Amino acid sequence: MSLKQLTIFVENKQGALVDITETLAANNVNIRALSIADTEEFGILRLIVNDNQTAITTLHDKGYLIKTTEVVGVKIGDAPGKLSTALKVLDENGINMEYLYAFMSRTEKHAYVVLRVADNAAAETALEGAGYHMITDADVDKL
Amino acid sequence: MEKRYFQKEIETMPVEQIKKLQSEKLVKQVKHVYENVAYYRDLMDKKGVTPDDIKGIEDLHKLPFLTKSDLRDAYPYGLLAKPLEDCVRIQSTSGTTGKRVVAFYTQHDIDLWEDCCARAIVAAGGSKSDVCQVAYGYGLFTGGPGLNGGSHKVGCLTLPMSSGFTERQIMFMNDLKATILCCTPSYAAYIGETLKEMGYTPDQIPLKAGIFGAEPWTQEMRRNIEETLGIKAYDIYGLTETSGPGVSFECEEQTGMHINEDHFLAEIIDPETGEVLPEGSKGELVFTSLDKEAFPLLRYRTRDICVLSRKKCSCGRTFIKMSKPMGRSDDMLIIRGVNVFPSQIETVLLKEGYQPNYQIVVDRANNTDTFEVNVELNTEKFTDTVSGVTAMEKSLAEALKTMLGINPKVNLVPPKSIVRSEGKAVRVIDKRNLHD
Repeated sequence: MSLKQLTIFVENKQGALVDITETLAANNVNIRALSIADTEEFGILRLIVNDNQTAITTLHDKGYLIKTTEVVGVKIGDAPGKLSTALKVLDENGINMEYLYAFMSRTEKHAYVVLRVADNAAAETALEGAGYHMITDADVDKL
Repeated sequence: MEKRYFQKEIETMPVEQIKKLQSEKLVKQVKHVYENVAYYRDLMDKKGVTPDDIKGIEDLHKLPFLTKSDLRDAYPYGLLAKPLEDCVRIQSTSGTTGKRVVAFYTQHDIDLWEDCCARAIVAAGGSKSDVCQVAYGYGLFTGGPGLNGGSHKVGCLTLPMSSGFTERQIMFMNDLKATILCCTPSYAAYIGETLKEMGYTPDQIPLKAGIFGAEPWTQEMRRNIEETLGIKAYDIYGLTETSGPGVSFECEEQTGMHINEDHFLAEIIDPETGEVLPEGSKGELVFTSLDKEAFPLLRYRTRDICVLSRKKCSCGRTFIKMSKPMGRSDDMLIIRGVNVFPSQIETVLLKEGYQPNYQIVVDRANNTDTFEVNVELNTEKFTDTVSGVTAMEKSLAEALKTMLGINPKVNLVPPKSIVRSEGKAVRVIDKRNLHD
């Protein structure tokens, strides 16, 4: 059970994101969620898309440094306090988090949180134990 | 395995006999230069030396040195020792240091130069049955013409590709089963990288050997190229001022380059005092051309720092060996008062798991040198967190500091974002304008 995130190294310069997003669009890749971490010199773009293989091949061919990262995807309710409740589960289980980002469902009244933690299996066990539902690559296009 | 040579009698000549031959040639050459080159005659006169004072190689130290600035002052014909109508070729330096030098050749000079390159090809295992892909630049640069001529002399099927057009290089290499590749080491690494990306494993590449020179490279880079291409990589040394590639070359021992002593007389001097140093000392390499007719430089200071060794070589060649140049005063940067050679940076990168794709940027802010090293990040090293990438930058800066003694700022950059020239790599950008 896992969710794959695409991680791309980008130069912090004008037009860098335009090229990446245009390339994905031209190959019919749909971005479901994204987050970017940037410094003065470089940025790290993280994407959840509907077609990992096409995204990897096309961006790699254009010379981008791209790799997949295993992350945890968890479904939470769309209401105040739902995120903090979920994060508390991780905290109580001593699971350290590197970063997170979230996106809304198109169809249901739910949100999805993408978590990058030190130990994926431990995080999933803890969250499932608390009654949460995990999302996988297969779910991405249907959300 | 049977030992093979291009000119066995000369290449395995007993040392005493080589020295005798060099003495005879030197006496004749000094006369030839004194009579025909006014520029050098003036230098000898100023030093109070006449051709009669030179009775053998033991008198070599009496002669004045020539430096790159002499060549610039005498541009274009000042050091020519033959009438132009006897010359058949001009070659020129790449102008890496901004100073172009033109060299002239008679047919005799071309022949001896190509013999030297042929010796290098045979020492790398080449024979009539090989297909030799020459991917050095052709033209004024000596790399292409030199190896091309040597390849013909050996009888290899010669592929005169010149440099660049990497896809075409790879297509011909595979379709025509090239077995020997001659180019700069940085271009060999680039071809290797490209083949790897295209999904080739070393055993699918027809090459068995490579002859790489014209720029500094390290042992780590050699191993890297050898692994990627599945070949044995041989070093070759030369400079336009003395003829071109082939002044010295590596044999299967890969422990230094045999100098073609029948044509070139080598010395090691103290670069500060000009004093000749004994065998085994580290110092500046100086060459005297013993046979060249048109452009015979005597005691030319190469600015390359290396060591000479007469240690018996298992290949059977008796020619003295020179170490890989450990640095070149032209390449040396002085940053915050510390001597930095780009080759040191390359060594650290390979040790730390990076490709040797880097660029040094030196500038000056508030009267202090700034020193940045941009290094291409690769898939194996890339992580998805900012803290991960900055930690790698810090640890690489630490490793560089340990090697160099000064602290650089390391910037990891996307792959292939540092411009690669397909001839010589531009490794240093010095914005300080210290010489204006």
